Amino acid sequence: MKHTISVLVENEFGVLARISGLFSGRGFNIESLSVAPTMDAELSRMTLVTRGDDQILEQITKQLNKLISTIKVVDFTDSEYIERELAMIKVSTDSESRAEALRIVDIFRAKVIDVTPKSYTIEITGAPAKINGILELLRPMGIKEVVRSGPVVIGRGTKGVVG
Amino acid sequence: MELTGSQILLKSLALEGVDTVFGYPGGAVINIYDDLYDSSINHVLTRHEQAAVHAADGYARCTGKVGVAIATSGPGATNTVTGIATAYMDSIPMVIVTGQVPTPLIGNDAFQEADMCGITRPCTKHNFLVKDIRDLARTIKEAFYIARTGRPGPVLVDLPKDIQINTHKFSYPETVSLRGYKPTYSGNSRQIEKAAKMILASRKPVLYVGGGITLSGADDALLKLAEQTQIPVTTTLMAMAAFPQRHPLALGMLGMHGTFFANMSVTECDLLIAVGSRFDDRVTGRIDSFAEKAKIIHIDIDPTSIGKNVAVDLPIVGDLKDVLGKLHGCLNQKPELVEDLVEETEDWRSIVVEWKERQPMTYRSSKSVIKPQYVIEKISEIADENAIITTEVGQHQMWAAQFFAFRQPRTFLTSGGLGTMGFGLPSALGAQVAYPDRQVIDISGDASFQMNSQELATLVQYKLPVKIVILNNNYLGMVRQWQQMFFEKRYSQTVMELPIDFIKLAEAYGATGLQATKVEDVEATIKKAFETPGPVLMNFKVSREENVLPMVPAGKAIHEMVLAS
Ligand SMILES: Cc1ncc(C[n+]2csc(CCOP(=O)(O)OP(=O)(O)O)c2C)c(N)n1
Ligand SMILES: [Mg+2]
Repeated sequence: MKHTISVLVENEFGVLARISGLFSGRGFNIESLSVAPTMDAELSRMTLVTRGDDQILEQITKQLNKLISTIKVVDFTDSEYIERELAMIKVSTDSESRAEALRIVDIFRAKVIDVTPKSYTIEITGAPAKINGILELLRPMGIKEVVRSGPVVIGRGTKGVVG
Repeated sequence: MELTGSQILLKSLALEGVDTVFGYPGGAVINIYDDLYDSSINHVLTRHEQAAVHAADGYARCTGKVGVAIATSGPGATNTVTGIATAYMDSIPMVIVTGQVPTPLIGNDAFQEADMCGITRPCTKHNFLVKDIRDLARTIKEAFYIARTGRPGPVLVDLPKDIQINTHKFSYPETVSLRGYKPTYSGNSRQIEKAAKMILASRKPVLYVGGGITLSGADDALLKLAEQTQIPVTTTLMAMAAFPQRHPLALGMLGMHGTFFANMSVTECDLLIAVGSRFDDRVTGRIDSFAEKAKIIHIDIDPTSIGKNVAVDLPIVGDLKDVLGKLHGCLNQKPELVEDLVEETEDWRSIVVEWKERQPMTYRSSKSVIKPQYVIEKISEIADENAIITTEVGQHQMWAAQFFAFRQPRTFLTSGGLGTMGFGLPSALGAQVAYPDRQVIDISGDASFQMNSQELATLVQYKLPVKIVILNNNYLGMVRQWQQMFFEKRYSQTVMELPIDFIKLAEAYGATGLQATKVEDVEATIKKAFETPGPVLMNFKVSREENVLPMVPAGKAIHEMVLAS
């Protein structure tokens, strides 16, 4: 089963290697990983998506917690959360398909952020499923490149995971 | 007053209570060695950096203190890796200081540069690259704190040469605050009460004890609990010395080369109390039949150990000393129930005794050829009560575990998790430095010995009277045994074609060499070695194709043993 885990870590040299090394060394799977600073300059947040049964997920969270550089580990899967991913999609267009492309952009509330005579570059944010959806519709036109950020998540409600 | 980085390092070590370090100099640590020249810290020069780390490891294992090793950058540092991984697998508290190229050169493929933080990330508890001299004292403080607290382990500090030379005001922090590291020491009382209930309800309980017991210093607490409840105790390789092996409740080792009665007890028990052990594959055999009939209580300070290999019914995270103490106290409040337990488990203990009598730990003795097991039995008889035994890795290691009657904690130093040939001699060296007046004995194989035999020089130089026992079968015996049992005796590369003259080798270094080829000479040889001052190597020509039994073949359940006869 898919799990999205948020990890607060010390913002110091080598931390990313510690986390990714943990996953590769123990054979855990990692589908996406994003890293960014937090409000606290000493901390970074990593959001990672992984898969595994309950026993593997228990090991993953325990092993993450065991790292000295890890401050907090939250597995969002069992709680209410909002998940968002950003994608930029470069799609081939010709005079015939341009209108169709714009219609799809409109339906998905995406944006065209770069235009050439032969292509549109589209920006879209949303849950990963939504991004998969627009890709499905754009595919027949010819997708030249897709850049996805990997999802980030935040819990619903007033409580925040400090950092 | 401003101090240089290397002075700050040595001052910090002294403040951590370090009186002895093991190491090997080189360009990237030459400043540290210059300051060591007139420091009060005792430095032992081994003949290889791997040996320096094993020596510090042996020192740590027998004293409980943090072992310290120093090596230069590049090849010196990479030579330490096997030693570090050995300590990591057995959770030994150590701090390894490696020199590094000056900070401006890092990443440039500079002369003798190796990315030690990268290389040791998966085999250290934590590691540090010190990039600013202002962080140095705090880093050393944290390194020692991390190494010795929680589940102990080796910590590497990589120290660039310019940081050693730069100067800064020295002030050693009094406390450590690491937001991401807060081990749980105190066991949850409610869980402990549940454990007491499960114990009182059990009819066939077994204590399954691992190396954590010694790391926590809970050997006494274990003995108390076992005697209070009369629960039989089986120990892993790492815990053989943690419970007196002549005790009536002792079952000896379990697992691949465990005793018949230990493996049967675990297979048949209805409650398995795992204490500071981690369900290693060499212990469990086929995992789904391990303690199949039992409820499992698992007590450990490291949450990742719990539930990793087997599902447990009751997890307790905490320091074993704390948890076992509380458990003992909890049971003490119910003396009648404990009495009932002891009565109700009478049958269980007699079944165990039957197993012991049916298949004792034994071997076929011989009058014509020296049996390796016999040598171990004799050493066990003749050695002092508090003698420290180290081993290399192979058949001799298993025979040491099976046939030496351990009696005191911290007297059996062996590489359990990594299984490192070449560990025994340098770890004996470290133990002898820690206890100059105790007997220290390395039980070795002919092949393992050659992995760090250069340390004979260190023993002679520092007058360390380590006694070395080579059980010489002229084989990579343990591998040969597998080839015999599972590869139709195709002894591929396991015959030591060149028999070494170990006596000459010992003498070349200035040590004493003794040899025994006949059964009747064994005892006299051991006694002579113990009476001879200085390091002595004993070469016992043993029966060559002896096998370690019982043995659980890979993939089998632990009750499916190949037995001695
Ligand atoms: C560094 C290292 N290399 C290889 C092995 C694999 N290995 C395990 S036991 C063994 C044979 C050891 O031979 P010896 O030291 O003579 O001991 P014996 O089994 O004959 O008692 C080998 C090669 C190991 N454990 N460690
Ligand atoms: Mg051998």
